[in-house]
Amino acid sequence: MEKIMSEYTKVQRELIHLLHDAQSKFGYIPAQMISQISRELKISESEIFGVLTFYKAFTLKPRGEHLITICMGTACHVRGAPMILDEFERKLGIKAGETSEDNQFTLETVNCVGACALGPIAIADGDYHGQMKTREVDEIIKKLKQEKRKSSE
Amino acid sequence: MMDEFNPTKLDEIRAKISESQKEKKKCITVCGGTGCHAYGCLKVAEAFKDEIKKQNLQDSVDVRITGCHGFCERGPITVIQPEGIFYQRIQLKDIREVISETIINKKIVDRLLYTEPRTKEKIVLEEEVPFYKKQRRIIFGNNGFIDPTDINDYIALDGYKALVKVLFDMTSEEVIADIKASGLKGRGGAGFLAGKKWEICRENNSDVKYIICNADEGDPGAYMDRSLLEGNPHSVIEGMVIGAYAIGASLGFIYVRMEYPLAVKNITLAVEQAKSLGLLGETILGSEFKFDIRIFRGAGAFVSGEETSLMASIEGRRAFPRQRPPYPAQEGLWGKPTNINNVETWANVPLVINKGAEWYSGIGTKNSKGTKIFSLVGKINNTGLVEVPMGMKLREIIYDIGGGIKDNKKFKAVQTGGPSGGCVPADKLDLAIDFESLTRAGSMMGSGGMIVMDEDTCMVDVARYFLDFTQEESCGKCVPCRIGTRQLVDILTRITQGKGDEKDLEKLNDLSKSVKDGSLCGLGQTAPNPVLTTIRYFRHEYEAHIKEKSCPALVCKDLIIYNIEPDKCVGCLLCLKNCPVDAISGERKKVHVIDQELCIKCGACLDVCPPKVSAVSKYTGNKKDRILKKASRQRVQK
Repeated sequence: MEKIMSEYTKVQRELIHLLHDAQSKFGYIPAQMISQISRELKISESEIFGVLTFYKAFTLKPRGEHLITICMGTACHVRGAPMILDEFERKLGIKAGETSEDNQFTLETVNCVGACALGPIAIADGDYHGQMKTREVDEIIKKLKQEKRKSSE
Repeated sequence: MMDEFNPTKLDEIRAKISESQKEKKKCITVCGGTGCHAYGCLKVAEAFKDEIKKQNLQDSVDVRITGCHGFCERGPITVIQPEGIFYQRIQLKDIREVISETIINKKIVDRLLYTEPRTKEKIVLEEEVPFYKKQRRIIFGNNGFIDPTDINDYIALDGYKALVKVLFDMTSEEVIADIKASGLKGRGGAGFLAGKKWEICRENNSDVKYIICNADEGDPGAYMDRSLLEGNPHSVIEGMVIGAYAIGASLGFIYVRMEYPLAVKNITLAVEQAKSLGLLGETILGSEFKFDIRIFRGAGAFVSGEETSLMASIEGRRAFPRQRPPYPAQEGLWGKPTNINNVETWANVPLVINKGAEWYSGIGTKNSKGTKIFSLVGKINNTGLVEVPMGMKLREIIYDIGGGIKDNKKFKAVQTGGPSGGCVPADKLDLAIDFESLTRAGSMMGSGGMIVMDEDTCMVDVARYFLDFTQEESCGKCVPCRIGTRQLVDILTRITQGKGDEKDLEKLNDLSKSVKDGSLCGLGQTAPNPVLTTIRYFRHEYEAHIKEKSCPALVCKDLIIYNIEPDKCVGCLLCLKNCPVDAISGERKKVHVIDQELCIKCGACLDVCPPKVSAVSKYTGNKKDRILKKASRQRVQK
């Protein structure tokens, strides 16, 4: 955390850069980080909290091991993205924006990833799955689970 | 090194690169846009490189991963230069054959060619493919030749020539006069004259001025800015340096959406390369002009595409819009005069300088000059990015370039302008597309998203989708936007659930007007547009939902049922096995039945039923009620 801080001049305009770096390093913004930024940048904690909850890029809770993102752009919407999202929610037992209890999966939506030719799209741990069908949802989840098993063996 | 760098050096570099490119006779270009990435283009390019090495051809054949070619539907795309042979949907197993046949034996591999769906004719050359034929790719065309990670590729294609001209032969007033004369309008949505905007900013005296490239392309379904940043980042940088010179700015920001990782990567690299060649920084190209660019990653808020919110975000605050005036050109970033233009606008600038304002203003219509890149997506055969002269007819874009509607369905509407825009219905297919005509039709140009909708798209659902979006993205500062959009969503949702009443349409209209009038920024002022245009053109669909409780497009879940047709079902058990809630009963070779009380309408059965059988149908309205009644009668009998 100190390393992240040391890379920036300590002024308000660096706040969002700082939060980006912390988010990608820890996977969320830890509470201590907020008080530390507050001290260093001389911004109140409430304001930092306001900024980080305003933007979708930042989370206060850690994400699960696997991140599944469903594109909800217009092109994906007219091609049936809501059905794909429903299926993921059903299969994982969580709603969009939630993390499963065993901390394995986080399900999120995004407004558009700009790969509209492939819609509807699901992105699982950075891999794009285009022209999704509801029946393919299960396969993706199973594959992610298997990868985990393989890596732990 | 930077002190010594000057226009002559730039020319030398250019000559040297074109010489070395000539030596290699052939170049295999592989499209490296986000779409093709998702299709696996990197592996294809690697395989090409390996095969070329194996055949010992590396001295005569080059492999280049280029920017987006635009025809995302047919990715991964490979074009063999200099002939321009166009191979589509290329797979790893095809690589060896392409090298041995096309490169060595100079023969065409037929099965990789694009087939014109109507005439079944195979097309060899990229420029002959109908998708490209009617386009005029003056901004976007170089994408297919340039490796965006290599500044030399851009320089070789006359890159930074406009900058040299501006810095050494033109005053800033002349630059502004040129941009004004060209008629270039901002491509971000509002369509304000770029030269005029620059002039206002220039005339405001200040020790420090800023310029910003707005790459927070938030409209869902629009991705031309991303493709420019990914595929030809230096054209944007060159445009910005020219703009900075004209305005007198010393620092520029590129505010790019974090949802576009490849664009962030390529533009960051491009800025570094430009700096190392002295095209950014102190004494640019040996002149006295200094200017630098910083990249700012957005953090996922749609409203930050609005210029005053964007500036708040760069300042490290919540992206809240503020009252205008003062306009950014008067008081912008940290209170200093600031000029904001969108990615595509900046990319147009070098072209205007190179080719002249007169040439540029010769393209397009009376009030809208130049070309516009549209992202043609949705229920269309040829999904992709298309660049056409302003004033092209909607019909030409959708049918000639876009290849018509998917699965031979009927065209219903095209949605332009993102969540702020509206729907243009089928009877306006002959509309010549420019800023003014779209506004008259109740929609807007926006950043250039064109989402095509067919008979299977429910317009009430589309309106609800957009309002859901703007409601979620409303920053909450103004009450009419924060609460009004919520109310609009609630009413629309009720209608899609079959709970609408006859006064709802009136309510939607009234409320929409209040939200438009009472909101501070563009988000709220335009948010009701999707509702207003769908009511204007598709009132009958609203009425069907409200009065008959039916969804004519068979989309709204609460108004439809799925049914297995007894005369078509072959009893293959497929739907039964795939039903997530076990609502389907039946045995092998016996007709399956859906229990309507258990069914959650996920559509899995329709999805898996083999096309040859297609026994699953959707029903709404009276037919739906009849089937439900029959089913309940049968239950009672049992």
